[in-house]
Amino acid sequence: MFLLRRLGLMVLTLWIVTLIVFLAGQVLPGDPGRAILGNLASQQSVQVLDHSLGVDRPLLTRYLSWVGGLLHGNMGTSYTYRSAVEPFVRAALINSAKLALLAFIIVVPLSILGGVLAALFNGRLLDRFISITGLSLATVPEFVSGALVLVIFGVELKWLPVSASAGAGASDLSQFKHLILPAIPLVFVLFGYIARMARAGTIEALNSDYTRTAVLKGLRRSTVIRRHVLRNSLLPTITVIATQTGYLIGGLVVVEDLFEYQGIGSLIYKAAVGKDFPMLDAGVLIIGVVYVLATLFADLLLMWLNPRLRAEEAP
Amino acid sequence: MTVEAGAEVAVSVPRLKAEPTRWGLLLRRPTFLTGAAVVLFWIVCALFGHLIASYSPLSQQLLGTNAAPSATHWFGTDNLGRDILARVIVGSREILIVTPLATLLGTVLGTVLGLAMGYFAGLFDTLVGRVVEAVLAFPSVIVSFLFIVALGPSVPTLILVIGLIFAPLIARTVRSSVLTERHLDYIASARLLGEKPARIMFAEILPNVMPSILVEFTVRLGYAIFTVATLSFLGFGIQPPTADWGADIAYANQNNALISGYWWQVLFPALAIASLVVAINLITDAIEQVLAS
Repeated sequence: MFLLRRLGLMVLTLWIVTLIVFLAGQVLPGDPGRAILGNLASQQSVQVLDHSLGVDRPLLTRYLSWVGGLLHGNMGTSYTYRSAVEPFVRAALINSAKLALLAFIIVVPLSILGGVLAALFNGRLLDRFISITGLSLATVPEFVSGALVLVIFGVELKWLPVSASAGAGASDLSQFKHLILPAIPLVFVLFGYIARMARAGTIEALNSDYTRTAVLKGLRRSTVIRRHVLRNSLLPTITVIATQTGYLIGGLVVVEDLFEYQGIGSLIYKAAVGKDFPMLDAGVLIIGVVYVLATLFADLLLMWLNPRLRAEEAP
Repeated sequence: MTVEAGAEVAVSVPRLKAEPTRWGLLLRRPTFLTGAAVVLFWIVCALFGHLIASYSPLSQQLLGTNAAPSATHWFGTDNLGRDILARVIVGSREILIVTPLATLLGTVLGTVLGLAMGYFAGLFDTLVGRVVEAVLAFPSVIVSFLFIVALGPSVPTLILVIGLIFAPLIARTVRSSVLTERHLDYIASARLLGEKPARIMFAEILPNVMPSILVEFTVRLGYAIFTVATLSFLGFGIQPPTADWGADIAYANQNNALISGYWWQVLFPALAIASLVVAINLITDAIEQVLAS
């Protein structure tokens, strides 16, 4: 029952997501035919192109045919490449997923450790240091931290390659090496969010009745923290990790541009610069869908981990 | 701002010797003072930058291009021979105009929306909640992209777009604070007295959720700086030749400054952004600590 309701809400959200993407693509002034052919083209050829692209039809017709296409797995035709957008989007998504996965593998254990340590030293120097560093790293733009690590480790020390793409046919290890530097700015940004949540969750668990009971019954501090505190404190952290997927992709736009990587971020950026709206819409839509699915996954995971939540939602 | 606060403390000290005001507590925190000093420094630069800098941020010296930091050009020059120090000082202006206004717009809209969602609850909350959720599904940089490509980059567009994107985020925070308030007795008594919903929301609930709105404002201000700097870096924010930290880093990158060893063209604007962001976070952290104590 809960699952059905949750899925229903997800479909509703996805529908609003398509509306936002479509309308944002439609408030654009100027017409696509003109944008593609440039200022020197004749009005007639612009009209012919507009007609063949189908952009001269009424708004509702265009929306319905766009959504209809989406349901059949057809995301439209790129203005720039004059071919279907799916292959581009799919390849970009796979590349981005590799980069995002690496960032997550580094950041999740690190930030949970940081957050839990900060909570255990709540209010003291170590806590202030971790909290303020985390918050600052989270709000220093990726292009700033990215440019700095690029100079230090790529240009000066020459430890790691400065470009993210290893070239076609490169070995997995070489690809991995190329992805380390681009992953660092993403790790910086994510660290702050996740550590903050882990800290808050741990503090709440530390102040709870069951922790007091465990301490009073004479369990060792390390046992109390491992068995009673951590198990409960990490629940809200899971949600944050899932919702960060969305922000992570926002960061990819900058990082992929800086490190010349062919991912979904650079796809969106190039489509925006080149006014390739079908490509732009497809890229943005994919990001929205990934986010919605990630939050759904986090919710289901929470339900599974915490029987109490299932009981609350039942009626 | 700090002067006013100081005066308030001086007045309140004789009366409340045992219990200093929140302002008093804030002013005792070194993190707050450091953050405020840095922000104040950049505000002075934004207002009087053209008087402080010894060069114009736009004047080109084609005989002294890509010069390393020296006594004449402390932060060096770029590939057109423009003084980096002057550009860093004057570059604080646009970002300090755009970000507080955008955050303020987002906070006002988000507060109204969040109050209504939390107070009316039910179907209204569910429906608006879905729209909020849908907007949240997109990273703010990418939504800004969509709209700025459409409307063209300009200062008013940036303020409007970022304000509108932040509103749902702030609404969500305000809503959850309102939900904890709405079951309290004073709301029930206000309702029994026949007060109108608008009055209950703005006169009764709003003052009580104000602290969390204040924290949310400072947190969002940090993100606004992040977003605007990123947009400028990508070429969708503040436009060259106006001096701007993000746009200047992008310009240096296009000219391969780092590979050529002209690190000062990237480092100094980057440090400027970092200093402003860290300063705002120090202030946020201090406010949160004071409110929590």
